[in-house]
Amino acid sequence: MTTAAAAPPAPRRVPARARAAVPRQGGGPAIRRSARVRPYSLTGGRTRFGHVLLVETFVGAPAASPGAEPGPDAPGPGGLASRVLPEARAIVGLCRRLRSVAEVAALLKMPLGVVRVLIGDLADQGRIRVYGSGHTPGRPDRALLERVLSGLRRL
Amino acid sequence: MDYADSDTSPHASAGEEEGAASWQTDLSRAPAATKIVIAGGFGVGKTTFVGSVSEITPLRTEAVMTSAGEGVDDPAEVPGKSTTTVAMDFGRITLEADLVLYLFGTPGQKRFWFMWDDLVRGAIGAVVMVDTRRLTDCFPALDYFESGGLPYVVAVNHFEGTPRHEAEAVREALALAPDVPVLIMDARQRISVVETLLTLVGRALEVSPGLPGAPSVRAGHGVNPA
Repeated sequence: MTTAAAAPPAPRRVPARARAAVPRQGGGPAIRRSARVRPYSLTGGRTRFGHVLLVETFVGAPAASPGAEPGPDAPGPGGLASRVLPEARAIVGLCRRLRSVAEVAALLKMPLGVVRVLIGDLADQGRIRVYGSGHTPGRPDRALLERVLSGLRRL
Repeated sequence: MDYADSDTSPHASAGEEEGAASWQTDLSRAPAATKIVIAGGFGVGKTTFVGSVSEITPLRTEAVMTSAGEGVDDPAEVPGKSTTTVAMDFGRITLEADLVLYLFGTPGQKRFWFMWDDLVRGAIGAVVMVDTRRLTDCFPALDYFESGGLPYVVAVNHFEGTPRHEAEAVREALALAPDVPVLIMDARQRISVVETLLTLVGRALEVSPGLPGAPSVRAGHGVNPA
């Protein structure tokens, strides 16, 4: 604040100073904090193995997959679900039918964010299958829009 | 939360486990999934809208809200609203055996933008619901979709006993561009909701880039040196 007030007619210098001040003032704590709680958000909604988990993304647990134990090729400990939380088991059970991520959260009455982390862990362990959206990521293309349009007309 | 809307679903007595859709039992493949966002202020009829076309009883999923936004606006305006969690009601329509459309009703206040960013990824577009008695409630949603470039239509939910406004008057009041569709509709009527969705998807097609190989707006500029 004081630096900005001291040099009002030099707009170029003010942002430069502001930028320089950032690491000195808050760099340490900010870095520690982000390393602790934000790995999920840093991945932009992708799990470690690149699954995209949007609210409408379908997930399912084929009957053969173990409901309680991590698969043989599961990554080492660390994920929440690998500690066999009852919530993780409930998700696997629910996913004997195909469900969207949002449906899993709603039916288990769990917050969406928590469910996504758990599903991500389960997917990374091979206990849940994450299905592709069936179309390219991003805004739906014309072909998909046309299909939706004709589907709605039949309602 | 949006409980005010919840009791008007036409599927009120059915639970979600009312029987699986056929595509739910075949885990070898999944249908294509797409979604439309239903936005608007509290009590504007988002859940009613979703319930009028959903094949399942609208489900509610909740996200814990940080306290950062508390006090920014006034949830006490509509009785029974909580400030600790934000609820999102959604429904589902199986359009084809391998195509499922989700409708997500989302709170229309600025402090919930963290949810919107996530919701609109990959969405066809948004229906911005408007109650003419509380017109300003939809401003944040309009601003958001306008700046984000997501196709949207404005759906004026006509409540009984309120004056019926003309679409053009609403367009003017909301300072909407001439090409943004405005519908006067009734969220309780399935046909009216379907018509609104059709208008939105039509709008999305209008603003969608052309088919691959087809002439598009940008094709003529020839700036690509390759």
